[in-house]
Amino acid sequence: MASLLCRGILTYPPLLNYAALLRRKSHVFYCTMSTTEAQTATQGSQSTQIKISPHRKKKGLDDVLKDYEAIIGIETHVQLSTLTKAFCSCPYNYGSQPNTNICPVCMGLPGALPVVNSKVIECAVKLGLALNCKLNLKSKFDRKQYFYPDLPKGYQISQFDVPIAYGGHIDLDLPVEFGGGHRRFGITRVHMEEDAGKLLHSGNGSYSQVDLNRAGVPLLEIVSEPDMRNGIEAAEYAAEVQRLVRYLGVSNGNMQEGSLRCDVNISIRPIGQVKFGTKVEIKNLNSFSSVNRAIDFEIARQALLLSEGQDDQIVQETRLWEEGSQKTVTMRKKEGLSDYRYFPEPDLPGVTLTKEYVDSIRNSLPELPEMKRRRYEELGLSMQDVLFLANDVNVAEFFDETIAKGADVKLAANWIMGDIVAYLKNEKLSIDEIKLTPQELAELIASIKGGTISGKIGKEILFELVAKGGTVKGMIEEKDLVQIADPAEIEKMVDKVLLDNPKQLEQYRGGKTKLQGYFAGQVMKASKGKANPGLLNKILLKKLNAKS
Amino acid sequence: MLSTTAQSQLCRLRPIPALKPRPLTTTSSSLLTDQSPPSTSPPPPPSQILTLRRSLLSRQVTAVQIAESYLARLRLTEPHLNSFLHVSDSVVREAQSIDDRISRDEDVGPLAGVLVGVKDNMCTADMPSTGGSRILEGYRPPFDATAVRKVRELGGIVVGKTNLDEFGMGSTTEGSAYKVTANPWDVSRVPGGSSGGSAAAVSARQCMVALGSDTGGSVRQPASFCGVVGLKPTYGRVSRYGLMAYASSLDVIGCFGSSVADTAILLNAISGHDRRDATSSKREVPDFISHFTASNTLEDKPLEGMRVGLICETLGSGVDSGVVSVINAAASHMEELGCIVKEVSLPSFSLGLPAYYILASSESSSNLSRYDGVRYGSQAVADELSSLYGVSRAEGFGSEVKRRILMGTYALSAGYYDAYYKRAQQVRTIIQKSFKAALDENDILISPAAPSAAYKIGEKKNDPLAMYAGDIMTVNVNLAGLPALVLPSGFVDGGPFSLPVGLQMIGAAFDEEKLLKVGHIFEQTLRGRRFVPPIIEDDNTC
Ligand SMILES: [Zn+2]
Repeated sequence: MASLLCRGILTYPPLLNYAALLRRKSHVFYCTMSTTEAQTATQGSQSTQIKISPHRKKKGLDDVLKDYEAIIGIETHVQLSTLTKAFCSCPYNYGSQPNTNICPVCMGLPGALPVVNSKVIECAVKLGLALNCKLNLKSKFDRKQYFYPDLPKGYQISQFDVPIAYGGHIDLDLPVEFGGGHRRFGITRVHMEEDAGKLLHSGNGSYSQVDLNRAGVPLLEIVSEPDMRNGIEAAEYAAEVQRLVRYLGVSNGNMQEGSLRCDVNISIRPIGQVKFGTKVEIKNLNSFSSVNRAIDFEIARQALLLSEGQDDQIVQETRLWEEGSQKTVTMRKKEGLSDYRYFPEPDLPGVTLTKEYVDSIRNSLPELPEMKRRRYEELGLSMQDVLFLANDVNVAEFFDETIAKGADVKLAANWIMGDIVAYLKNEKLSIDEIKLTPQELAELIASIKGGTISGKIGKEILFELVAKGGTVKGMIEEKDLVQIADPAEIEKMVDKVLLDNPKQLEQYRGGKTKLQGYFAGQVMKASKGKANPGLLNKILLKKLNAKS
Repeated sequence: MLSTTAQSQLCRLRPIPALKPRPLTTTSSSLLTDQSPPSTSPPPPPSQILTLRRSLLSRQVTAVQIAESYLARLRLTEPHLNSFLHVSDSVVREAQSIDDRISRDEDVGPLAGVLVGVKDNMCTADMPSTGGSRILEGYRPPFDATAVRKVRELGGIVVGKTNLDEFGMGSTTEGSAYKVTANPWDVSRVPGGSSGGSAAAVSARQCMVALGSDTGGSVRQPASFCGVVGLKPTYGRVSRYGLMAYASSLDVIGCFGSSVADTAILLNAISGHDRRDATSSKREVPDFISHFTASNTLEDKPLEGMRVGLICETLGSGVDSGVVSVINAAASHMEELGCIVKEVSLPSFSLGLPAYYILASSESSSNLSRYDGVRYGSQAVADELSSLYGVSRAEGFGSEVKRRILMGTYALSAGYYDAYYKRAQQVRTIIQKSFKAALDENDILISPAAPSAAYKIGEKKNDPLAMYAGDIMTVNVNLAGLPALVLPSGFVDGGPFSLPVGLQMIGAAFDEEKLLKVGHIFEQTLRGRRFVPPIIEDDNTC
């Protein structure tokens, strides 16, 4: 079978159009015009070069941008982390040897038939509900038809006119450093479909090979309303989708691995104009920051063209974001609308959801990011803290469990966002991989607050708990770390220190009061760091200043 | 009787090594085999499967002896018929292993030693499976179709892969990329199609039973042309897993036998839910032959009160008058058996043909997209992607397949979808409703299986519309998803002998049991007819 799959296929590399127009540098756009640059064979006579007249050049980009508004919508593909593929029982593991997770069904062998993995429907319903969508209790699968070597059947099983979920919205809070603010973006629809395989191109480009491991892996496509206006909003939308799928546990949401893919549709128009501008699609966005930067680049590119009266240079096309050069380039121009000849998938019965099924899923939904953020806000946390804690589902769960054990909210937040996260970063771990339990963190916070141990000792214990585990109580006992808060005991130690240092005592009483610190240090040392610092200082001061 | 050159050549080939079963030592208790009637009238067809089983279990013959006698007949007749694209080389070996089991007193399945032909659009793990297409030349699937697997698990032996119109698209088997199959009743005529190879093979007793597939009549019309029993089960009754899809919402795997009992036994073997086919039904599968009535115990009017609707639209213009008289005679015969036969009208009947060709072509244009030369099958030498696709498919597909891909692509195109595909689906719903109404009034419906008997090879080859028109009797049943049984019921003039004509009985969804029961009584009481083609007439083992 493997030999069948390793046939070489000759493909043209994507027709790339390297028209360099703008480059962004430290949040400032500027033109890098060069008429000699960026001509490729494929461009032919239809060059997308812009000639910017000298007086225009003087007008700043910001002046140009303020006259236009961008209309941005995003199509997100979420790869589901189900145990098996959408329509067969093959597992999918990212990074497996090519063509090791395949079977007759996902290879599209003659006679093979798809059977829906019910987990895919469950994930779709979960995400649909989480996106505040309405559900189509009766939906169906359709075939989207086109030829490409990574598409073994010559069609993709998808959903066309009746998606499983539609008409929802997503709420998010913009980061404080970008001005903050709450946003609600509309969700047009969520539908189920299968992924295609991957083409592996030979080094010299003379042939390609097909890896079908990914073929048939379940995807949910989320289509947003064109509600976003700039790169930050779009990037935050994508980040919120990632948060949602991770909270729901339906996907790992990893953009680098392609488990979360965003295609951006963008058009711009002069402010006040009702008619939409020409829509351009941007692909190859592998991180939230590339979503952000690609959009801002594209807005600037189109705004400049419009301001120069070169509207005809903005064409309906798909552009690729080039991370290296930080710009978008033409991938393919659309010759009218492609006709996918959708029709209902005859190999699969319709998808019917019962009200009971939907309700049971609704009742099993976890607390979602938006609800969490609102709750954290009500707990009195700052927006910065709220966003930080709610960002990662594991961190949020850790925090929630810690405060459920009675820990002080602000202290718990500080410990987690401070020392614990620093440790995680250092060790490249996630919070669910450390030995410290929320129970013990709560115990630690309580022990400090209650005066059993000092904050300093608390910190030391924390690092041991994180790395080795164990309990706060056990560690305090084992190391005899209980704070000494008995005045008589401290007084004894103070007396001993004063007695052992007659010279310093004389100097102090002679006016060198700075020596108080020295005495305090000596007492603390004698107490092995366990003396209650407040009590120690109070007693020490009294003794030092006592008329002897 | 054998007047043509071809037939006389066949005469010279005889005698075929004939197996002479010893007389039974005990009185048969089977209800189903022929007890020689007192008259000189030829007996109704015996069940080859039950006869074999009895002989095997009583150790009168061995599975190897049976297999060898069928293979010998196959070798003699095949040069004239071309029923097979591939003949298995392990038939005798498999038969031997059944004999070994029997000699060790181990249980053998109900199909033990039964020689089964399999249409080549069904996947078989150890044999080529081409779908009759050049594009799959040499392709060997890594798995057995579910129906084939079930046959094998019950002891059946796959004799070989039978010829067909490429991917099931055609009504003559001339659409095969490899060979033209001849009709055993007259080798200058087509066996029908697309399961022509299976029908011819059963008719000429090259195998005992055969699997075919029926998308618009591809089991029933060749059964009629070749004088064998053909059953198209209800959509969903038999798993389609491993059947190369032509039109997924219409495709059904069906059965051929030389008797109703054999057909029913084969259906028993292959029916039932399959978790690999989401469209296969979870309905319980009854034992289709347990309610058969033995011919010698039949009452005077065994079908008393059975309401039979004769579809009047199927006997109008365009239908051969000989066919009409055979069907009318069959209706009279049913009345004699106690049936109440009335004419029923299905006003939507004539809409079936255009709706069928739009839907089947649309689905096929999609189903055949996978034949791209990328992963399997023949791959054209090309230096860029679009010509890899273009040339592989241009060279790999035959003209009828291309015609249907083009029609289907057109019907599904933006701007045409509503006028064609969607409208055809609406027609399909109307047809389903009108059949439902007719079957609420009647137990079964009857009609011819084809407007004519077998026609000459080449006669309609260049006239696709004429060939499509021949499907008028059968396509409606696929659109409605209903079961239908075709039984040899008479002859019309034609050829050196005469040509068989089949009667189609249509039942309610999942009521194959009733069709087979009625069909069995019809068959056992139809005197004076013997549906054994002249090509093997003198072979007394048939
Ligand atoms: Zn698979």
